[in-house]
Amino acid sequence: MLTFIGLGLFDETDITVKGLETVRKADMVYAEFYTSHLMGTTVEKMEELFGRKVNVLTREDVEQNTSWLSHAKDKNVVFLSGGDAMVATTHIDLRLRAKDMGIDTAIIHAPSISSAVSGLSGLQNYRFGKSTTIPFPYTRKDKRIISEAPYDTIKMNKKNDLHTLVFLDIDMEKGFMDIKTAISILLEMEERKGEGVLVHTLAVGIARAGSDSPSVHADYIDKLKNYDFGGPLHSLVIPANLHFIEAEALVKLCGAPAGIMK
Amino acid sequence: MGRRKKMVERVTTLMDKPEFIRNIGTVAHIDHGKTTFSDNLIAGAGMISKELAGEQLFMDFDEEEQKRGITIDAATVSMVHEFDGKEYLINLIDTPGHVDFGGDVTRAMRAVDGAIVLVDAVEGPMPQTETVLRQALRENVTPILFINKVDRLINEIKLTPQDMQIRLGAVIDKVNKIIKGLKPDQYDNLRLDPATGKVAFGSALNNWAISIPYMKKTGIGFKEIIEYCKAEKQNELAIKCPLHVVMNDMIIRFLPSPVQAQRERIKVIWHGDKESEIGKSMINVDRNGKVALMITDITTDPHAGEVASGRLFSGTLERGKEIFISGMPNANRIQSVGIFMGPERIEVEKIPAGNIVALTGLSDAIVGSTASTDKSMTPFESIRHVSEPVMTVAVEAKHMKDLPKLVEVLRQVAKEDPTLKVMINQETGEHLLAGMGELHLEVVAHRIQRDKHVEITTSKPLVVYRETVTNHAGPVEGKSPNRHNRFYVEVEPLSQEVIRLIKNNEISMRQQEVERRDILMKTGMTKDEAKGITHIYETNIFIDMTKGIQYLNETMELILEGFEEVMKAGPMSREPVMGVKVKLMDAKLHEDSIHRGPAQVIPASRQAIQAAMLMGGATLLEPFQKVFIHVPQDQMGGAMREMQGRRGVILDMKTEGDTSIIESKAPVAQLFGFSGDIRSATEGRAMWSTEFLGFEPIPANMLSEIVMGIRQRKGLKLEMPKPSDFISP
Repeated sequence: MLTFIGLGLFDETDITVKGLETVRKADMVYAEFYTSHLMGTTVEKMEELFGRKVNVLTREDVEQNTSWLSHAKDKNVVFLSGGDAMVATTHIDLRLRAKDMGIDTAIIHAPSISSAVSGLSGLQNYRFGKSTTIPFPYTRKDKRIISEAPYDTIKMNKKNDLHTLVFLDIDMEKGFMDIKTAISILLEMEERKGEGVLVHTLAVGIARAGSDSPSVHADYIDKLKNYDFGGPLHSLVIPANLHFIEAEALVKLCGAPAGIMK
Repeated sequence: MGRRKKMVERVTTLMDKPEFIRNIGTVAHIDHGKTTFSDNLIAGAGMISKELAGEQLFMDFDEEEQKRGITIDAATVSMVHEFDGKEYLINLIDTPGHVDFGGDVTRAMRAVDGAIVLVDAVEGPMPQTETVLRQALRENVTPILFINKVDRLINEIKLTPQDMQIRLGAVIDKVNKIIKGLKPDQYDNLRLDPATGKVAFGSALNNWAISIPYMKKTGIGFKEIIEYCKAEKQNELAIKCPLHVVMNDMIIRFLPSPVQAQRERIKVIWHGDKESEIGKSMINVDRNGKVALMITDITTDPHAGEVASGRLFSGTLERGKEIFISGMPNANRIQSVGIFMGPERIEVEKIPAGNIVALTGLSDAIVGSTASTDKSMTPFESIRHVSEPVMTVAVEAKHMKDLPKLVEVLRQVAKEDPTLKVMINQETGEHLLAGMGELHLEVVAHRIQRDKHVEITTSKPLVVYRETVTNHAGPVEGKSPNRHNRFYVEVEPLSQEVIRLIKNNEISMRQQEVERRDILMKTGMTKDEAKGITHIYETNIFIDMTKGIQYLNETMELILEGFEEVMKAGPMSREPVMGVKVKLMDAKLHEDSIHRGPAQVIPASRQAIQAAMLMGGATLLEPFQKVFIHVPQDQMGGAMREMQGRRGVILDMKTEGDTSIIESKAPVAQLFGFSGDIRSATEGRAMWSTEFLGFEPIPANMLSEIVMGIRQRKGLKLEMPKPSDFISP
């Protein structure tokens, strides 16, 4: 049996009670922290709470060297990952591999950033379009490569009057991308493509969702760039036209300029 | 004022007048007398004493060169000659003739506009003559001919005036045939017609030369020449028809000035927009234009450090100017500008377009770099070498403490000699040098010890193989590690004609797509394929056959990185790949760019290509050399047996007098120790030379043994690789 268990947003206590009980009963515990990272805890703290040794897997272990999966044929194996295990990850691949190996699977859900942004910002979950991630640009042969996908996604969502949740890259070497960097990358793309998608647009920054001190702030994008959100993890929302309740929430809860309520 | 100082002053005055400049090189088979010839011209310019010319070997200033009696590096000298009452600046590059140093010749041909082809009257045009002439013509360099060692025809072979004319006529015909074969459409202009004076003959050792027009002018004919030679009065001949006068006449009349040359040459060596500012500036040799410089040589000066020399096609160079080396982000500041006079570099104020220059301060430059004040300048076509590295030695520092220095030194020698490939493996500490032959590697190893003061040991040389495919295979599906991206790849062998076009720089990624497409379609390539070429790496091409896949463009660099990785180290034995066409047929990408980054796409592309190659009948190619043997007839049997015992094939046999000339080919792998063996097989009577022929498939029954040998040496698993090693079903 292979059970995917979401760890939630911030520290070891974000796991659900059902999840916790399942980990405590598990024969083997594996975890990955490259798709998301729980900033408020450590592996040691988790092990203490779970009463189990947590084997941290690298990306290679999850994607290529998956021999550990075969333990799940006759043992209770759990696989932990930040947020909700199947949201903004490619772990469905593991579930399909397990299925092909004749292993039963189950999922125990947990809070995800996808729902947390709605709660923290007041933007309604009904109105979100496709999500996207801004990766750190990289250079190949003098060519600086910036993915255009996030910009195009925002454009398409806006066209359909939908908000866009923008995830920010977590990189082993370059670290956690912050809102400031994300906005400058988007504006660089705006300048390059000149399609006016981001001109005078509102943006909402969210930092440390799930912690005791989350930071949520809304402003016009070029101003938001200079707002100090503090430590990671950061996410960004580019809203479409606002429902009046959404506008009120952004002003009252997220410090957006009162003018947006008209 | 000293003789040299005066010369420098005259040189600098002439630099500003491109119509009065000739940039020329000498090309010839080894031992046909290039260096002696060059010394003659230099002596004629008053730079060394006339008595010493022919003996001094001014151009062979390296101790190693004098000891071995051959030229190893191309050396440049600037000199002034008077012709018809006017002064001309001649920048001369003396190039090596030994096949192992052919890279120097290729590079020199980029810097010059005209070439003097030297042929030994006794031996006639040799294989290397054809090779270097071909290099010159490919670069659109204009040739003239000097037939050397004519005195030997008289004193040793004792030819009559008639026989001599026939003999010289035959040499000229042979050279013209080569030119006609390579440049049929320009043959009328290029033909070396002795009557017009494009051909001279004489003796560089004895300092005389003569052409048909000069014969008419002086009344000295074949009969008189024979008399002078027989009477051992060649020194008198040297006064009546001094080599430098006759040759300078030819050089100045028939070889183009930079003004004439650049009009024609730029389109061959540069594929940028001819109508752009820099394009026009190069065509017009505009000294006020932007700087366009091609680096053709890098040497290390014990005092000044790295000295980069090359041909300045446009603009003016002076100290303090900032120029960009193609592909590098930051400008380099020129520390000094100078010219070469053999071993000496002489600094000058500034040098305008049309000259050959020596610069310090260009720390980013490597041989073949384009340097310009315009960062966005389209680089010059890269210099393609006819010979390729075919042999490798492992190099180790004798003393552990020298290890860091050795790495630095190896990087340095690679920078100076682009035909040398250096592979530094930080993990295993094994450093490999790949070069063009045993002698080439020996000389490099010697220089590392002598000039760079690092004591080293070298392994026995090993042959460098190539991997290729024999059949079409695919589409093969390559999956990214997260299995959310898929790439469909086909491979097939590239046609010989396309390989030739790539080698000759006739197609490149720098030219306009339409131009490239038209050339390729003439070879029978379909329009879709010709249009889809996305990358050319060595003699391999990558074609994108897909249409309208969203975000493929931002993924392409990563796919190509996977492609390059395989082309550098093939799937069978991690040897370089040649002659493979890789086609991307389809791609399925994840919606979010974070799940199709480098860690996902590079391995997917690499593994698909590796597996496809193995399915496409992957095999190894081995380097072959042509071996020419001159041997007395009674020793011919021994020479033939020697070749046949080395998997050699006899290609042609001719008899001249009592000498047999054997033309054969043999794999480089079988030629180790050939020198000693052929000597004992023929009682030391055989004269032989080699030339790089190319790569040919190794016999099927040897494939597995050779692959395993390479895999063992590289520490790879001792199993023949299978497609399933690279892709999951």
